[in-house]
Amino acid sequence: MSADIILRVENVSKRFGGLQALSDVTFDLPRGQILGLIGPNGAGKTTLFNAINGIYPPEEGRVLFNGQDITGWKPYRVAKAGLARTHQIVQPLNDLTVLENVMAGACFGHENHPLGRAREIADEVLEFVGLAERRDLLAGSLNVAQKKRLELARALASHPYLLLLDEVLAGLNPAEIAEMVQVVLKIRDQGVTILIIEHVMHALMNVSDRVIVLDYGKQIAEGTPEEIANNPRVIEAYLGDPKLAEKMLRGEV
Amino acid sequence: MKPWRDPGLWLSLLVTAAIGLWPAVAANKPYAREMMFTVLMSVGLASSLNIMQGYTGYVNFGHIIFFGLGGYVGFYLLSVYHAPLYVAALAGALTAALVAFLLGKAILRLRGAYFALATIGINEAARSFVKNFDPFGGPTGMTLKFHVYQAYGGANQALWITYIALVVLTLLIILVSYLVKTSKFGLGLMAIRENEDAAEVMGIVAPDAKTWAYVLSAVFPGIIGVLFFFKNGNIEPGDAFRLQQSIEVIVMVMLGGQGLVFGPLVGAAVYQRLRGYLLVSPLFKNIQLAVAGLLLLIIILFVPAGLIGWLRGRFPRLRRWLV
Ligand SMILES: Nc1ncnc2c1ncn2[C@@H]1O[C@H](COP(=O)(O)OP(=O)(O)O)[C@@H](O)[C@H]1O
Ligand SMILES: [Mg+2]
Repeated sequence: MSADIILRVENVSKRFGGLQALSDVTFDLPRGQILGLIGPNGAGKTTLFNAINGIYPPEEGRVLFNGQDITGWKPYRVAKAGLARTHQIVQPLNDLTVLENVMAGACFGHENHPLGRAREIADEVLEFVGLAERRDLLAGSLNVAQKKRLELARALASHPYLLLLDEVLAGLNPAEIAEMVQVVLKIRDQGVTILIIEHVMHALMNVSDRVIVLDYGKQIAEGTPEEIANNPRVIEAYLGDPKLAEKMLRGEV
Repeated sequence: MKPWRDPGLWLSLLVTAAIGLWPAVAANKPYAREMMFTVLMSVGLASSLNIMQGYTGYVNFGHIIFFGLGGYVGFYLLSVYHAPLYVAALAGALTAALVAFLLGKAILRLRGAYFALATIGINEAARSFVKNFDPFGGPTGMTLKFHVYQAYGGANQALWITYIALVVLTLLIILVSYLVKTSKFGLGLMAIRENEDAAEVMGIVAPDAKTWAYVLSAVFPGIIGVLFFFKNGNIEPGDAFRLQQSIEVIVMVMLGGQGLVFGPLVGAAVYQRLRGYLLVSPLFKNIQLAVAGLLLLIIILFVPAGLIGWLRGRFPRLRRWLV
């Protein structure tokens, strides 16, 4: 495996009872890139994240991270290897403060910082995502947009090599989306590789180096954002709207 | 913040010390000592339970198992081998730690109500085991020969030594509770309490963290059990494994405020004082568990954060003191 492939997903399949949530998904993610992951609701995008970070180990296939086979590792072991993720449904530690939430991210990730250093990192990261003023509030008291930022901050505080972002833009207004897109690009510029699931299509098309499309657990397309927007199979998967490609690129979808 | 600069820690230690020193200034010293022995014992049991229930979020109906097992093993050494009290206390601590470690591996994978139910089952299992274990005296238990106290300068002196040991132990428990709460280990436990799955995704090794929390919270009742039964002079299964006592400790933690250092301390003291008044009345004597249950219901419904938690919410300025 070449040194600059940070994540390799090889023939990964995952079933839930009779439902084939993922079938034979295969792709490489080169270090330093942003890979977009799209697909209709229920396509298996979140399940793919869960298969990568050990929430639900796949029945078939392998996941290689930094050259190491991490298939079937527990989530904490994957985290300690330097892979962080956010959740589509936010998971704040409600009765802890915003600062403590982010400190936990810094403390227990692969850098394993003591509390003092974790507090410094948490303050930097909170500044970066724009939550610095709320650092001493309880996480449970934040609104949804702020909780999304908190998810991101917590993952970032672990200084991951690879960051999995699951719909961090969902539920945000256009101004918030524009801000968050800038944040994502800055994270990439700091050298973090990103795998991002997004429904806000134009945003995803603008940030991604490459895009993968899942439909019913199958990988139906892979390519640059332009290639994807013009791919007939993708257009079919998205309700067969022939004007979809133009709309996507103009930001109307 | 450095621990010795934290006024909250000092307040908790001072209140504990004040309770401990009370018999020294009371008019009827042996009477005050007996009363404060019960209060300190409750403070120690509640504060150690809080590590599991308050910090880690695992409701445990089996805290008294460790009190009973530690007490039995220590008592056995005291009565059969005439071991010194500190050796017996150490043995009680080790027994509790070992049992918690093994038990933790088995039942800590259960979550929420399932864990709580398992701890009830284990309490009953421990009681019937000891009842049928002949070296521990079976159903009648064991009694200390009076001459054992001679080594401590007589029974009266032995009682004072035991009391002083309990005061020191309780101060230590408060200190440990504080250090856990303000440590990285404690942050991991509280993350588990808030959301165990998310905690694991952040890299917290939940199975290990929970096991160590369980072991740490078990060590102290293990020692308290030895001190208590040494003071009593006899031990029997019914006294060592009372489910009711586990429930009372839970009520104390909730009453004062779980997840805080000061909460269980205040909860235990208030509960014991309350119980002292109620026990005088023959009516309440028979329904004390019902009263505890009612109290628990009232707390959960109206002050889920407990007395100290409520004060912290109501008067943010007090937070510095009420940690
Ligand atoms: N834990 C689970 N148990 C059973 N079915 C699940 C589970 N998680 C996801 N699924 C199912 O797998 C499919 C893919 O879900 P998901 O990965 O969440 O889709 P997406 O994130 O692309 O919207 C859906 O049909 C969903 O209902
Ligand atoms: Mg999803």
